[in-house]
Amino acid sequence: MIAEIGHFALVIACAFSILLTVIPLIGVARRHGGQMAMARPLTHGMFIFTLISFIALCWGFLVSDFSILNVAQNSNTQLPAVYRLTAVWGSHEGSFLLWMLVQASWAAALAIFSKRLPLVFAARVLAVMGMIGVGFYFFMLMTSNPFDRTIPLIPVDGHDLNPLLQDPGMIIHPPLLYMGYVGFSVAFAFAIAALLGGRLDASWARWSRPWTIAAWIFLTLGIALGSWWAYYELGWGGWWFWDPVENASFMPWLAGTALMHSLAVSEKRGSFKSWTVLLAIAAFSLSLLGTFLVRSGVLVSVHAFATDPERGTFLLAFLGVVIGGSLLLYAIRASKVVSHSRYELFSREVMLLGNNILLVVATMVVLIGTLLPLVHQELGLGTISIGEPFFDEVFMWITVPFALMLGLAPMVRWRRQKWPELQKTVLLAFALAVGLGWALPAIFAGHVSGLAVLGLILALWVLFGTVAELHMRVAHQENKFNGLVKLGRSHWGMVLGHVGFAVMIIGVTMVQNYEVERDVRMSPGDTFSEQGYTFHFEEMREVQGPNYVSDKAVIRISRNGRDIETVFTEKRFYHVRRQVMTQTGLQVGLFRDLYVALGDELGDGSYAFRIHYKPFVRWIWAGALIMSIGGLLSITDRRYRMRRRQSRVMSMQSKQRQVDGGQA
Amino acid sequence: MTQRIVQSFLLTVVVALSSIALSALSTQAALANNAAYTFETEAQERQFRQLINEIRCPKCQNQTIAESDAPLALDLRERVYQMTVDGYSRAEILDFMRTRYGDFVHYKPPLRASTVILWAGPGLALLIGVVTVIGITRRQRRAEGLSAEEQARLNTLLDDEPSAADSSHSDEAESAKTNTKERGE
Amino acid sequence: MNQKVKTTIFLLPLVAFMGMAVFLYSGLFSDPSKLESALVGRQVPSFELPDLYTPDRTHNESIIGGRPMLLNVWATWCPTCYAEHTFLNQLREEGVYIIGLNYKDDSRRAAVNWLQELDDPYQINLFDETGMLALDLGVYGAPETYVIDADGVILHRHVGDMNQRVWDTQVAQLYYQARVAAGMDVPEQYQHLVVDGGSQ
Repeated sequence: MIAEIGHFALVIACAFSILLTVIPLIGVARRHGGQMAMARPLTHGMFIFTLISFIALCWGFLVSDFSILNVAQNSNTQLPAVYRLTAVWGSHEGSFLLWMLVQASWAAALAIFSKRLPLVFAARVLAVMGMIGVGFYFFMLMTSNPFDRTIPLIPVDGHDLNPLLQDPGMIIHPPLLYMGYVGFSVAFAFAIAALLGGRLDASWARWSRPWTIAAWIFLTLGIALGSWWAYYELGWGGWWFWDPVENASFMPWLAGTALMHSLAVSEKRGSFKSWTVLLAIAAFSLSLLGTFLVRSGVLVSVHAFATDPERGTFLLAFLGVVIGGSLLLYAIRASKVVSHSRYELFSREVMLLGNNILLVVATMVVLIGTLLPLVHQELGLGTISIGEPFFDEVFMWITVPFALMLGLAPMVRWRRQKWPELQKTVLLAFALAVGLGWALPAIFAGHVSGLAVLGLILALWVLFGTVAELHMRVAHQENKFNGLVKLGRSHWGMVLGHVGFAVMIIGVTMVQNYEVERDVRMSPGDTFSEQGYTFHFEEMREVQGPNYVSDKAVIRISRNGRDIETVFTEKRFYHVRRQVMTQTGLQVGLFRDLYVALGDELGDGSYAFRIHYKPFVRWIWAGALIMSIGGLLSITDRRYRMRRRQSRVMSMQSKQRQVDGGQA
Repeated sequence: MTQRIVQSFLLTVVVALSSIALSALSTQAALANNAAYTFETEAQERQFRQLINEIRCPKCQNQTIAESDAPLALDLRERVYQMTVDGYSRAEILDFMRTRYGDFVHYKPPLRASTVILWAGPGLALLIGVVTVIGITRRQRRAEGLSAEEQARLNTLLDDEPSAADSSHSDEAESAKTNTKERGE
Repeated sequence: MNQKVKTTIFLLPLVAFMGMAVFLYSGLFSDPSKLESALVGRQVPSFELPDLYTPDRTHNESIIGGRPMLLNVWATWCPTCYAEHTFLNQLREEGVYIIGLNYKDDSRRAAVNWLQELDDPYQINLFDETGMLALDLGVYGAPETYVIDADGVILHRHVGDMNQRVWDTQVAQLYYQARVAAGMDVPEQYQHLVVDGGSQ
């Protein structure tokens, strides 16, 4: 019964999304205020019924209603309650329902917080959100209904959730990631609405900027969490594998980061308008593409998800309509935009353009690298693999100019910067970075590696550049502290964003160059020493979990005879799926992680272990966290909380052609 | 009937024996692995670690031979180790793998006509980007004189609505303005 | 810049997307985990392996060539090998020359028992305990079947079970054409393959 309610609610939500697509746009065409105003209640309706449907599915999982096919395939009576809930989005169908819930939530938030937007614009934006919804609701109802029944052959118990996903990190990783993916649909909707209206002025940039940053925060956190999860759950010690599924989330992130910076220019200077719109379309298109790649099975990935040509075809057709349609609209409308802003080669604008170019290049590297194996094979040229060695090398080359510009850009003025003004500061910061970048590894590390030095120099350069910029801002003020406070949250958001990036670079550099990895065999009672740490293999325990049995190795770690911590690493055998999962033992520290993963039993009472010494690995995720906090500061900035303002200055400056007469 | 019982009994014995044999075999392999990963030089160890993290396990879903525990991955790991210790260079080992498993086996594809787009595509984008930016700034510099009238109109607007302009700009812009003033542009 | 050129430039993202979509669509219907052999068109690598039945006897690459043949990689731990075994027996009846490569089996005994129980379709049985030849051939699982011509050159590799459908669509023509090239007879039922394909 509950399942039928869920199914029915989904149909109603779908109906709402259709109405949301149609009515406001008719209203806009006929300049009928009442019809345009329908957009908001329709959006709320879509959200509420999606929520009901989602709750119904959650209920099905919680009470283990195996008459629902999706529950039977992805849950089990022995599965702990928390994981029953995560199983809701552990499956193909459920994850799409989550996607829709997130989409509807963004739309509802938009409906609530868009009161200050012109009604025509708000109606268009919400209609675009509805349009995206229509595609997904149809996709679910036609190919992936989460409420399909197993009746009359109701199984006694379910197939259980993939053990890989039975982890606390997996509870919030998918929702965060989806909040990010789908969040870009808001920027997308703004861009399409602006294109439809033919007005690409600074105001749409200002309106969509906080939404874009919000989506970016979620995506950043989602990716970081996924990386952290892979680090401790897969047992290989890696934190990024350049797997197609990871790439699928990385591409929208790169495009979204470019969009965020480009929006800043469009908002403040009225430049790059058509470019920014393209980025907004690209960010969401790449989110959709990512979903397609993950869900259609066209690529080989460690994450084996549902593969089904029918679903793939539907998704691809949907992609064609959404992406193809918006790019066509873009070609027609944006090509008529005339931009007349002025800036010189050495200016903040060009710095940000440089940032955009490099981020787009990086996106292309990931896109081509992810898709080329497929194309190569389809053309009959044979199978190739593209992975870490390729991406690592290319990304290093991209990061160098990127970081060099990043350290400098905030100091550079809009329009025109004279080099002599900055010369002293820049040279000092750079000299410091180079000096310390050499000195630190030479003092603290056993060997100096060229790449480590390069990475450190770049990171320190970004840090010193950021500090120098702050100093410049308050240099002539009497009360420096007040001056810093007065800079505003948006400015501090930028500072944190850049500092986070530097912190991440440090983490990546250190772990790539100074990591130590050992394959060890130990019997209980044995010890192994590495990097001054001693690992004592105390004993092996057999542990009975709710839906698994596990061999748990107890490892006591000591240094200089003093115990630091006892960690546990397990090999869990999950009954239902008959899969073995590794749980790693971690001794976490600010400057290094000690990582112990249990391997196979070797027969004579000894076990294989993989022991890693991972310097600065935490900094990678800390960097992502700092960046996100920066984003959070930015969207709470004063100017986004204030009432709608005139944007006549900007529109004048940009001499925007008014394509749509009704808008004037 | 009896024949079937005997048959199934025999089958069970065979299965049991073979599984024992299998476990012994795999133990041996694993033993060899862990006991054997010792190197004479650090360079050898680095080469080994690097290679096993770059060679793809042909049998598995997108995993390197370092990550996978599949028997084939173990074999390949063992072979990479043996060749490394025997003094083969990185290129030689990769060649060895490629002639057997094709380009597929290395996570960095070779540079060829069919893969050149991996480097050329982004490279071209970078080039176009840089050329466009330089072009734009050049063109604007040339157009500078012509836009005086627009500048005037813009100024009027700015003067018209100082409060609106101020509030629409962030603190950042404000501080930039103070900066400009103080640094005497 | 005139408007036409500008619109064309702005259409480029759409064109790029459409090109990509074509490949994505075709990709939907092919198996991404399928691999071609790197050794097609090359000689079978040299080897020295013991016979499955008589451990003292060893074979080397000289057993390859002289006539077209199949090289079938199998093991008792491989369920698909069981599935294809009957068809291999049938091929043998039809006069197809097959060499068996027993790949990293649980034990010699298990393999011998299997062949005694299910019949032995192989003219020669190689026992590759450590997977030495298999690694040189680029084998990544069992079963795999290689089609080899009279000069010992690998013509084709099939991954997965050999059955009537695979034989008819992918292998038979290659094999019998190689037979014609080696001056050997072709059974009546396969004549059409040779006649049709001879002109190709």
